[in-house]
Amino acid sequence: MTVIESPRTPARPAPRRGVNVEKWGWIYMRASGVILLVLIFGHLFANLMVGEGVKAIDFGFVAGKWASPFWQWWDVLMLWLALIHGANGMRTLINDYTNPGTVQKVLKLALVASVAVLLVLGTLVVFTFDPCPAGSPADLLPSFCPAA
Amino acid sequence: MSTTTTRTPTAPEKPATEKPGGTLYRGREGMWSWVLHRITGVAIFFFLLVHILDTSLVRVSPEAYNAVIAAYQTPIMGLGEVALVGAIVFHAYNGIRVILVDFWSWATRNQKVLFYVVIGLWVLTMLAFTPRHLINVFSH
Repeated sequence: MTVIESPRTPARPAPRRGVNVEKWGWIYMRASGVILLVLIFGHLFANLMVGEGVKAIDFGFVAGKWASPFWQWWDVLMLWLALIHGANGMRTLINDYTNPGTVQKVLKLALVASVAVLLVLGTLVVFTFDPCPAGSPADLLPSFCPAA
Repeated sequence: MSTTTTRTPTAPEKPATEKPGGTLYRGREGMWSWVLHRITGVAIFFFLLVHILDTSLVRVSPEAYNAVIAAYQTPIMGLGEVALVGAIVFHAYNGIRVILVDFWSWATRNQKVLFYVVIGLWVLTMLAFTPRHLINVFSH
């Protein structure tokens, strides 16, 4: 008969001293989850429920939002919290569905690499964004641009 | 119940040979909570990867961003957004349920009730979102 271990049995015991990474991962999922509920529900309400919803979204809409540091920081905070929350969740799945070995290492490496690239990309996009790029058609730009 | 609490627990007379018995969570509310949390989590993660890339096109040109966002405004994607929001709302409410079950003994005892509370709140939220979103998708 196969003995099924208790679900709470750790794969390896927690370190006796120093930082317990798995414990902080557990805490992070809960803390970020609560903040993400507020950030993402606010994001969905502002973008999909107000006015004409998804039909109103275009370059001018995004430029209008990111003209305010409030939405810049809202979106960047959402980016970091959500991507790390999601990556830690995917790490759980990799641990659950693969055996320790090369495949597991490659999957985790791919996960960390893609998340790192997207964190840098997303943060740069929000903070280096130019709402009035030179040479663009005036009708695509937000109304506060000199060219519009 | 009160007459049996003082007795020493003994094995049932007939060992459960066909049914797994009452000690496994398999097939009950807790399992479906876990399964749905996992499936919605993976779906949201892969959408997030795509969503960061499509939003990054604002840094390329207004034309590039408007072209990709137009895809989000088609009827098919409009229905997909209902599925996406449904996944996010379930994951959010069920995540709160997980936190409550972890930290509050009442919630641990009543985790099955809380699963139906999650489903109920999910239905209410989707009733508020879906008609308004679909009107935007199909009429403007």
